[in-house]
Amino acid sequence: MLACRGEIFISQIVRNRCLDDHQRAVYGALDIKAGRMAKPNSPRFDTLSLHAGQHPDPVTGARAVPVYQTTSYVFQDVDHAASLFNLERAGHIYSRISNPTTSVLEERVTSLEGGVGAVCTASGQAALYLAIATILDAGHHIVSSGSIYGGSHNMFTHTLPRFGIETTFVNPRDPNAFKDAIRPETRLLFGETLGNPGLEILDIPAVSEIAHHAGVPLLVDSTFATPYLYRPFEWGADLVMHSATKFLGGHGVAIGGVVVDGGTFDWEASGKFPTLTEPYAGYHGLDFVEEFGPQAYIMRARAEGLRDFGACLSPANAFYILQGIETLPLRMARHVDNARQLVNFLDEHNSVAWVTYPELPSHPDYEVAKARFPKGCGAVFSFGIEGGREAGRKFIETLDVFSHLANLGDAKSLVLHPATTTHQQMSVDALVAAGISEDLVRISVGLEDPQDLIDDLDRALRASQR
Amino acid sequence: MEVQIDRKRAFATTGGRAFDPTRPTAVLIHGAGMDHTVWVLQTRYIAYHGRNVLAVDLPGHGRSEGPALLSVEEMADWVSQFLELMDISDAAVVGHSMGSLVAIELAARLPEIIKSTVLLSTAMPMAVSDDLLNAAKNNEHDAIDMITIWGHSRGAQLGGHRVPGLWMTGGAERLLEQAAKNVLYADLNACHTYQDGLQAASRIRCPVLLMVGKEDRMTSPRAARVLVDAIPGCTMEIIEECGHMMMIEEPDQVLDHIRAAF
Repeated sequence: MLACRGEIFISQIVRNRCLDDHQRAVYGALDIKAGRMAKPNSPRFDTLSLHAGQHPDPVTGARAVPVYQTTSYVFQDVDHAASLFNLERAGHIYSRISNPTTSVLEERVTSLEGGVGAVCTASGQAALYLAIATILDAGHHIVSSGSIYGGSHNMFTHTLPRFGIETTFVNPRDPNAFKDAIRPETRLLFGETLGNPGLEILDIPAVSEIAHHAGVPLLVDSTFATPYLYRPFEWGADLVMHSATKFLGGHGVAIGGVVVDGGTFDWEASGKFPTLTEPYAGYHGLDFVEEFGPQAYIMRARAEGLRDFGACLSPANAFYILQGIETLPLRMARHVDNARQLVNFLDEHNSVAWVTYPELPSHPDYEVAKARFPKGCGAVFSFGIEGGREAGRKFIETLDVFSHLANLGDAKSLVLHPATTTHQQMSVDALVAAGISEDLVRISVGLEDPQDLIDDLDRALRASQR
Repeated sequence: MEVQIDRKRAFATTGGRAFDPTRPTAVLIHGAGMDHTVWVLQTRYIAYHGRNVLAVDLPGHGRSEGPALLSVEEMADWVSQFLELMDISDAAVVGHSMGSLVAIELAARLPEIIKSTVLLSTAMPMAVSDDLLNAAKNNEHDAIDMITIWGHSRGAQLGGHRVPGLWMTGGAERLLEQAAKNVLYADLNACHTYQDGLQAASRIRCPVLLMVGKEDRMTSPRAARVLVDAIPGCTMEIIEECGHMMMIEEPDQVLDHIRAAF
């Protein structure tokens, strides 16, 4: 869109040279000092990864984002305090609600996703809960992909029903299943950009259209993809959440989550979301959509969700995650490159029954992946080991470079058996529906030398067959 | 709040407080393609500090019925009707960009009512480049990109929103995208074809504060200076490290200057 504007600027320069000083520089963006047009490009992804949300500290000159390890902020006077509490002026009050270090992270993720604002949370699960609680009440209903992180599945299946919110799970590859499951009380559609662990590619354009036709938003968990590989807002999603613990942070040192608002959903036209469109007694009758327009959702998420539920991110963890995001483009490119080499190696290995990765022609979403994930389908994938559960045990216990643990998106390579760990609370039927078999091994590919990873896998696979 | 003007819905936010006809009123007028929400970091404070706020949605914008008006003079007529309906007799008018042109017209026409004027990110004339006009005329997203990018200082394009967690350029882009088809073009063309601004400005008798961002790439300080000469008693404030969207980039400075104006 921006790339074809070159000729336009030249014609504009010529025209502006014919104008006198008072006529210049009006709605035309002539850079007078330089005597040429300012190029209308906003900062690009790699630059935003390093800079978005932060300017060097005006007092100390600190270039790195300072860790504002403080609970609270001194008010200038009584009027200033009152105006902050009543959302009359902007600023920080108490670090449960906002913190300057965390705000940098919130702006940075928003900029990378292309949204209007974000709220960071103590974990990815807290982000999911906050995203839901901001707009759903008891009696409401969610239609969710069935192929999602086990912890999210648990929340939908066992916990939210205690608060009167029910969920229907559907096949993520079948947009019509989402449509058929919608009820009058449905208020949210949910799925993962890349399903955990089967990497089912959610058809966000189709599912979002179904959601919007029903007057509800589509929330997606984009943890596996990160905005480097896929930006869900550009495909129709309304809200995005991440477990920032994973690839965003990237180093396995900090738990955190984030909800990002795309600012595109028309809450007023839907008429189904009174928390955003009707006066809120918790802020003297504030109507969030009337006051904040496209940023209404994320303002309510903070003003109510962090104030009352309180699952805030610590500033120290925000700092760690920011350090990770600074190298997100570099890391994701290497993660994907390593993943591709391991996928190819395993796909040809005699001890491997199957490999699930959307760039393989055998994957059901192969064509979709080519069109929508040109930079790759992430660095988490699964495969089935010949010999079933016992072979799987030997395999995992023989690995040296890979670490056996319940996480993903680390700079170090990780391995896991979901049926006995992250997804163990799911019923047999739910496991089958989610495509999680007993022989499934999930790998999160790190940044090591790929040959060392291949050697480690090869050795462990040989051991598993003895 | 909503009223009917020419049998069409006309909306203005009152900043979260009920309108009180005994109080002075700040009338805030947004710029091209935007609506009342651009003033959120000023309206609530003013409304909770002894003044009325009327941050209007011009026809075809936000919650006011369209179509968009085609000239600055028509916009001033429409706001005048709004003030008349609300029986406002003591007001400060604050306009941003296109809204500043409407504010000039109002201040010139209604000297008994408009007691002070604040013009933000203004210029005279407010000529619009053919490229931007044509993109807007064709309802191309390029027009939104140009305004979003040129409308913010270079620093603001890297963030630093005063409201924790909000992203400035993203918010502006979404707001412009919400405008109905042809509204942005109608607005920009109204700015471009407004001819009598200097004449109107010379008739203003109330105090006028002109605020411009030093890094404004749409209405530069240089292009605004002509108004200082044209308006008796006009003062000019240049905001450092600030672009065109100064209500968002420097909300407290804008608020404090509006407060000082009345």
